[in-house]
Amino acid sequence: MIIAERKPMAEIRQMIAPYKKLLLAGCATCVAVCWAGGEKEVGILASQLRLAQSKGRKKISVLEATVERQCEKEMVEELRDKVQEADAVLSLACGSGIQTMAEMFEDKPVFPAVNTTFIGMPEREGLWVEMCGACGDCFLDRTGGICPVVRCAKGLLNGPCGGTRKGGKCEIDPEKDCAWVLIYRRLEKQDRLDLMRQYYTPKNFRAVKRPGRIQSVKA
Amino acid sequence: MATPFREILKTKDFVVTAEAAPGKGSNVSKAIEHIELLKDKVDGLNVTDNQSSVMRYPSLGVCLLVKEHGGEPILQVTCRDRNRLAIQADLLFAYSRGINNVLCLTGDSIDVGDHKEAKQVFDLDSVQLIHLVHTLNSGKDMAGNELDGGIDFCIGTTATPSADPLEPQLIKVEKKLKAGVSFVQTQAVYELDELKRFTEFVRTVDGGVKILAGIVPVVGAKMAAYMNDNVPGVFIPQYLIDELAQAPKGTGVAKGIEIAARMIRQIREEKVCDGVHIMFIGREERVPEILETSGLL
Amino acid sequence: MNKCIVAFCCEHSAYPAADLAGKLRLHYPESLRIIRVPCAGRVDVIHILKAFENGAVAVLVLGCEDGACHHITGNTRAKERVEYCNMLLKEIEADGSPVAMFNLSPNEPHKFVRAVNEITKRIKEPGR
Repeated sequence: MIIAERKPMAEIRQMIAPYKKLLLAGCATCVAVCWAGGEKEVGILASQLRLAQSKGRKKISVLEATVERQCEKEMVEELRDKVQEADAVLSLACGSGIQTMAEMFEDKPVFPAVNTTFIGMPEREGLWVEMCGACGDCFLDRTGGICPVVRCAKGLLNGPCGGTRKGGKCEIDPEKDCAWVLIYRRLEKQDRLDLMRQYYTPKNFRAVKRPGRIQSVKA
Repeated sequence: MATPFREILKTKDFVVTAEAAPGKGSNVSKAIEHIELLKDKVDGLNVTDNQSSVMRYPSLGVCLLVKEHGGEPILQVTCRDRNRLAIQADLLFAYSRGINNVLCLTGDSIDVGDHKEAKQVFDLDSVQLIHLVHTLNSGKDMAGNELDGGIDFCIGTTATPSADPLEPQLIKVEKKLKAGVSFVQTQAVYELDELKRFTEFVRTVDGGVKILAGIVPVVGAKMAAYMNDNVPGVFIPQYLIDELAQAPKGTGVAKGIEIAARMIRQIREEKVCDGVHIMFIGREERVPEILETSGLL
Repeated sequence: MNKCIVAFCCEHSAYPAADLAGKLRLHYPESLRIIRVPCAGRVDVIHILKAFENGAVAVLVLGCEDGACHHITGNTRAKERVEYCNMLLKEIEADGSPVAMFNLSPNEPHKFVRAVNEITKRIKEPGR
């Protein structure tokens, strides 16, 4: 799923500084699962913003609303009344949700309360790791199901680089595994190291021409 | 004028290369000093390219200076800063100006350098880069177009004999060898047995490629410990750290040179590999001392 | 609710301790508001923040001693949430309004009173 992380408080406060009535809009899908922007997180941020008034300034009013998926126009439509009440919207959804809000309510400033970071999964409770880079040219069949495009820090298709640290950790971060060592171990387990010995030609970085656009054939 | 490196590789018993790092700025006087100091003492002079991801005057630029001053330059190309178009264009230019040796590397990550927010390119990896040079050598570009004026590079690459774990690295080395390289310059080695194992492996894949052992003098026990913990693929054995620790204060550099020279002599006497590649960045002016002490001059 | 101290009291430990403190006429601030909960672990971050929104100047979370939680890990979770809450308040420069967790047994009324007095001392912005 999409992993996001709440922006630093100072940055959020700077964005919303000119506004007196805010709507905090959450999303109950990806950002709720990764504890960044679900109903719970909306409640906490709203509470913090209400408490965070400098002395002498007028109180701000903070409305709260969470939809099932903020990237779906039909669901976002449900928020129309609340949006109209507010001067500005602070969205805790991923970049897709924030932009859907901005498009649906073009007369209201919509601000991102989170940084959308990657497609990933929970390695364990509270620890989110990147798994997929949405490159549009999936290579997982050749690497035992481990993505070298994003899990290798350099995106090598013929890895590893010479920078692997002792024990198979990544040159960039000793906490992170070298993806190619992981791939080696996985393929070895399956007796398919021939896949790693094969030469892979340069990647097609234009598999998805950004901005991406896919027209489904289904009606 | 210097003998072309590819000829030296074919004919010389023990090949010696060294490395010069360009400075940070358009002032090339120091680079010229190092070139003048080393050009006649080594068979080839590598010029690093934004080494350790620190922005510097380009390898291509100093290689031109090496050529101008009568030395034999080895251009270093990493995959970190340039995409396939830029790399091909640079190689065409380099060749047109008389540079025809290239070392193909992946490149350090941006995070170890001084421009930590820059975009990493890595359009290609080092194996693909080696294939690319062969493609250009054959008169075509990567998209299959005929070149109006081709190139003919002598291709080299790097390897890490002390990697841990080793097997994935060897798979990578094998791919590089199969892609076709004339020489391999290894990362710093301090253990002869590791180097021998590595050389044996390489010979099973390619009996003709020339292996130049990486020599990086260590100037103190603290530096050795630091390198063991922080520099990937480097392993300095305890007995060398002890020897460095016992050196009297102020003699660290001399001791490091002594150990490096000893290693070079051993490699040469035991015919472990085909030569050495000396890296003493920041102390290029001491490289002749290493060459003398090891009997190479 | 203004200027009060809110104490979330676990019904297995802090609530009976508070009750005993009352019976023994031990002295603690009148502004204390006791909220009985089945376990300290029932208290979530939003409850603490809401207490402040409604005028509290300090919040206490009181639960069973380590290893004695009736719900096994309730007191551990409560401690983590209290720490997280302090971080959230620090983010908005509201850390003059303290939140703290204390552990006690049901027969420790003096410990209860000490906790209340302790948190009172930590208040840096009276009258928020």
